[in-house]
Amino acid sequence: MKVGLVCPYAWDVPGGVRSHVADLAVALGDHGHEVSVLAPVDEPADLPAYVVDGGRPISVRYNGSVARLSIGVRATRRVRNWVREGDFDIVHVHEPMAPSLSMLALWASRGPLVATWHSSHDRSRVLAAGYYLAQTVMEKVRGRIAVSEDARRTLVAHVGGDAVLIPNGVRVAAFAGLDRLPDVDPDRPSALFLGRMDESRKGLAVLWEALPAVLEAVPDLQLLVAGPGDVEEQLEDIPAGAEANVRFLGFISDEDKARALRSVDVYVAPHTGGESFGIVLVEAMAAQASVLASDLPAFRRVLADGECGRLFANQDPVALSQGLIELLADPSLRARYVAAADRRVRDFDWDRVVDDVIAVYDSVRTPGEKVTEDLRGQLVGRLNPRGDAAARSDGP
Amino acid sequence: MNGWIVLAAVTLVVVLLAGFYLSMTAGRLDHLHRRIDMSRLALEAQLLRRSSVAIELASSGVLDPATSIVVAEAAHEARTATDGSDVDRALAESDLTAALVAAMDADDVAEVAASAGGPQMLAELDASCRRVQLSRRFLNDAVRACRQLRRQRAVRLFRLAGHTPWPDTWEMDDTVPAGLLEP
Repeated sequence: MKVGLVCPYAWDVPGGVRSHVADLAVALGDHGHEVSVLAPVDEPADLPAYVVDGGRPISVRYNGSVARLSIGVRATRRVRNWVREGDFDIVHVHEPMAPSLSMLALWASRGPLVATWHSSHDRSRVLAAGYYLAQTVMEKVRGRIAVSEDARRTLVAHVGGDAVLIPNGVRVAAFAGLDRLPDVDPDRPSALFLGRMDESRKGLAVLWEALPAVLEAVPDLQLLVAGPGDVEEQLEDIPAGAEANVRFLGFISDEDKARALRSVDVYVAPHTGGESFGIVLVEAMAAQASVLASDLPAFRRVLADGECGRLFANQDPVALSQGLIELLADPSLRARYVAAADRRVRDFDWDRVVDDVIAVYDSVRTPGEKVTEDLRGQLVGRLNPRGDAAARSDGP
Repeated sequence: MNGWIVLAAVTLVVVLLAGFYLSMTAGRLDHLHRRIDMSRLALEAQLLRRSSVAIELASSGVLDPATSIVVAEAAHEARTATDGSDVDRALAESDLTAALVAAMDADDVAEVAASAGGPQMLAELDASCRRVQLSRRFLNDAVRACRQLRRQRAVRLFRLAGHTPWPDTWEMDDTVPAGLLEP
């Protein structure tokens, strides 16, 4: 199959949607499909072969943060060229509500179109202005996918209808070959926290509260804290005497995050809520860290009810400290969890998840159908009532 | 005099805006009707694929003769029902689903899996059953979106849908046989 993927955000900026698209492209390629990715690009110099430059992104404030998007006449022209020359069996856009290449690609094409909704938005401004036009564009999508229950709810609220739930995949093999971080001493017990330090639902405060009891039992513990936030602020909350055991890594890249997970004995996830999936647990499992997590429904599901990692009562520092001490003191317990997790992560591997995506592609295609340029609404289209005839005559 | 010009101008603008809205809405309806047609074709392709796998399975000699006959019979009915009404077709396809569910419990699946060529047939059956589910879901999604638009007053008043018949959802039992769901 020839698949065209569209990423709305700049290819050069790390982010959830962008890595999803990159991983999906690689996994589709591994399954023997031909993939082309259209994305806004800042530095066209060292792009992977499958990425097509969709133009320089501009910074726009969108959905609560500054996003790098491509809009305007030139972006539209690039999208149209890409659709016309791609001769795709499927065009699969990501985050179609973001005002960027994805929306333009839906607008400019007709045929077997698939869209994946990634994040949740507030209803208000997204559609208020262009509601009618956006609705028109969204209605062309034949198969809709949501990566989480939250994303699905957003879609239902905004455009109605339903979507198939296909969660993010994890590239399990990529975690296995990573080096350990040099600044973790392998001879001392270690644990890791990941996430924004000042975001209360990530649960760092619960971990601080549990720390004195843990240090009493395991005095040489090294606790790594990785994630953005104000270190000074956190230093005030660290229990007295524990400062020497804690290392702040600050904001780290995806690769360093994976290496950090690979370097520690225990990954602690004290999240207090708001997690719809828990992909970070899957990453920890793929990196062969044993997992200690609060018993949120999403975490419980990922850890197969505690079979692949230890659960503790949410927001309970005593339960957290007991669990952490147990895990740090018993290498064979950790090994048991890691072995169970090793089987579990395969369910979340891109290699398997991509099968579900391909099933969606198959179920929206009619035999022999291609994606063509949609000229309706264009000046040329007005003179040509069939709209797609011009694009068709180029085809086989 | 001046008042008349203003009135005429306002009327003109309103008429133009209304015309623009109606033309856009007619375009939307056109998109939706086309999406329904294409989703319907995609579903038919997947149903055909499913009945082919069922016939292959029934004639492979892996299943016992009684089960083979039930599955082959149901698959044949499903294929020939393409001449009949949609309701008859959907019924025949539901019967095929029921036959597959009955034929493919966990024990049957284990037996087929152990035979030569069995794993491929099971994988193919599983894939086609899931795709039937997805296709039907996407088709019904398109039908619901279209119906919603066609219920709007302006669409009914100006008959924007033309002679296109009121779209129907595709109702059938598309359960994936329980035996296939266990890895």
